[in-house]
Amino acid sequence: MERHFQRELESIKTTLIKMGSVVGENFAFAIQAVLEYNNSLAQHVIDTDNRVDSLEIEIDNAVIDLLALQQPVASDLRFIIAAQKINNDLERIGDHAVNIAESALTLLKYKKPESLLEIPKMSAATKLMLRHALDSFILLDPNMARSVLETDDQIDELNRTMVSEVIDLLKSEKRFVETDLELIRISRNLERVADMITNIAEEVIFYTQARVVKHHAEEK
Amino acid sequence: MIETLQVPSILSESVETDTKLEAKNVNAFFGKTQALRNVSLHIQKNHVVAIIGPSGCGKSTFLRCLNRMHEVAGGTMTGTILLDGEDIHQNDPVNLRRRVGMVFQKPNPFPTMSIFDNVAAGIRLNGMAHKNNIAETVERSLQQAALWNEVKDSLSKSGMSISGGQQQRLCIARALAVNPEVILMDEPASALDPISTAKIEELIYELKKDYTIVIVTHNMQQAARVSDRTAFFYLGELIEYDITKKIFTMPSIKQTEDYVTGRFG
Repeated sequence: MERHFQRELESIKTTLIKMGSVVGENFAFAIQAVLEYNNSLAQHVIDTDNRVDSLEIEIDNAVIDLLALQQPVASDLRFIIAAQKINNDLERIGDHAVNIAESALTLLKYKKPESLLEIPKMSAATKLMLRHALDSFILLDPNMARSVLETDDQIDELNRTMVSEVIDLLKSEKRFVETDLELIRISRNLERVADMITNIAEEVIFYTQARVVKHHAEEK
Repeated sequence: MIETLQVPSILSESVETDTKLEAKNVNAFFGKTQALRNVSLHIQKNHVVAIIGPSGCGKSTFLRCLNRMHEVAGGTMTGTILLDGEDIHQNDPVNLRRRVGMVFQKPNPFPTMSIFDNVAAGIRLNGMAHKNNIAETVERSLQQAALWNEVKDSLSKSGMSISGGQQQRLCIARALAVNPEVILMDEPASALDPISTAKIEELIYELKKDYTIVIVTHNMQQAARVSDRTAFFYLGELIEYDITKKIFTMPSIKQTEDYVTGRFG
């Protein structure tokens, strides 16, 4: 017997997938804006962030309704909790995308750096992580979610390398400090996005397998 | 002493234009004992209104006032109850109880009648038999009560031969057969198992498309799941009446908050 409550759960999932799509697109555009020094693309990301915020509020309200009025238990409860957290993580990824877009606009003010160092590699890896994390949620695939967790360490390492490279460059020759600082900001934002994506993957594992894997809990 | 957290919300203007039932300053008595004190509320058409509150607060008394069953129990009332703007005390009570049907806590199919005859009984008793194809009406009613598929091959069996949950849906079908406009339910699922309860709740959700439903329940979670608006009664008084989501997320009256959070008493 399908209950109307199950249709409401499905509606939350649909809206979350929609939000994932919007955030994914904005994140991709933000990266593209940096790699291509594209002013209009960067501005588009900044202008459309309110759409992400609206979806977050819509999902928040739907979650409150379901918790208060339907008392979900078992997998339904895990889904609602995971959905709430994924909602928040996606909104923060959206904010980081805006930060990256703003950095792209800043870079346009100065002389183009000779190299974006690790940013292209970090961007590609993070985009793929986000794709896999969202797919793992849509397909309810915990194995795909676990593969996302493994990639986060690589992003962290690339960020550390990035910071180290910029510091070396700053020490070794005359540099446009403003440009290099923006590169570090972009790198930090990408690293934070990877952390948010890792959270999403952890929530998918929690929902599908009722296992808490955050903070390496499974290893303890 | 009732403490207010904030000014109670004002119901939307559409309440007055879509009103199916209205209680105005209703006081109900059993002899000298006053069971309801000055209750006033609007019930919108095609809404489900849940009435909650602790035992003895007047929930069932109020429900029975809505179709004048209160006076059958020897009670009296003052104030006015309007159905589509007309005072229910100005009209024939039998016709009123056809328009405002009732389902009780304990399923009560007529024990000597078949499933078919249980549903048809109301049509015959209300003198509607000559206007209706009884078989069609019985099938329609059982379909509406989500029971047809389970009993279509055993309509001649006794109404007591089916499970408790099915008996309750049979009683709902019986009420539906006479084309009511409002269905009153007095703790309709409290005697049923969880699966049957879920079926009744899902049925209520479907029925509200065509009917106005008022349900008394001591199960707050059930009230939250099925209703559009919830009325909280205490010691015969209506304490708070608002959109269900508001009652269960941010009630205006502290007493309501204490009750729904289980801090009562």
